[in-house]
Amino acid sequence: MLEIGLAHYLTVAAVLFTLGMFGIFLNRKNVIIIMMSIELMLLAVNINLVTFSVFLNDLVGQIFALFVLTVAAAEAAIGLAILVVYFRNRGSIAVEDINLMKG
Amino acid sequence: MIQALIFYVFAAITIASGVMVVSSRNPVHSVLFLILAFFNAAGLFVLIGAEFIAMILVVVYVGAVAVLFLFVVMMLDINFVELRQGFMKYLPIGLLIGVVIFAELFFVVTSWVIAPDLITAAPAPDPNAVTNTHALGALLYTRYVYLFQSAGLILLIAMIGAIVLTLRSREGVKRQRISEQLSRTPDETVEVVKVQRGEGV
Repeated sequence: MLEIGLAHYLTVAAVLFTLGMFGIFLNRKNVIIIMMSIELMLLAVNINLVTFSVFLNDLVGQIFALFVLTVAAAEAAIGLAILVVYFRNRGSIAVEDINLMKG
Repeated sequence: MIQALIFYVFAAITIASGVMVVSSRNPVHSVLFLILAFFNAAGLFVLIGAEFIAMILVVVYVGAVAVLFLFVVMMLDINFVELRQGFMKYLPIGLLIGVVIFAELFFVVTSWVIAPDLITAAPAPDPNAVTNTHALGALLYTRYVYLFQSAGLILLIAMIGAIVLTLRSREGVKRQRISEQLSRTPDETVEVVKVQRGEGV
């Protein structure tokens, strides 16, 4: 219990990932919360990468976490831009209305 | 002992704020709890010895992404009460899938073994001799320099994409257009009027 090992960090990451997935199902209508849940899941993945990197004494995991962070930032920026454009056109951000492009 | 205590504090606050992110009534509170979660995850990274990732997490996530979320939540006039309808309807299926995923992750976490002849791609140097940031930089700018450049390109594309998506030219806004001003000629702007005496223009 008092010796913090690999499994402790992995458990935290697993709980965070599950919470992110749970949040996507719980807030089916609110895109903003869904994007925040995705950020939580990416954070869990980063915790996993960094934990393995430290405990296996291999720096590549931290490099990879850096790139995951970059892509997550880009994804958040693009996603929020799409959200703003969608809100301008429709006046709401309800997810179930986003099926207008299906031909 | 003290390390374990700090770990449990950081982990508990991270998970509690994760719960609040997905279950909070007000999205502004969700964003603020997301910031708290990121701060505590950065604390976990510092605790495990990855200072650089921790600082980058604070700078990038708290400084940029969370503020972006906050701006969007506050800028858009959204009826959040309407969006919360069906919250209870989706709760059972969400709980079910969450439990299944967590059980799977738990089995993975508790039952894996590290391959004994694992080849370490880039062994971390002695943390007392070289700082984490130094070691990461020495690796990132040499062996992974192309990936680093690609990450920069991805950010550039994201920036251009976000600007192109949200930029719009509004009608009816008076704005100085220097090119139009400079391209005016006297022929099209000055009109010589022959005024009759006693009539005015």
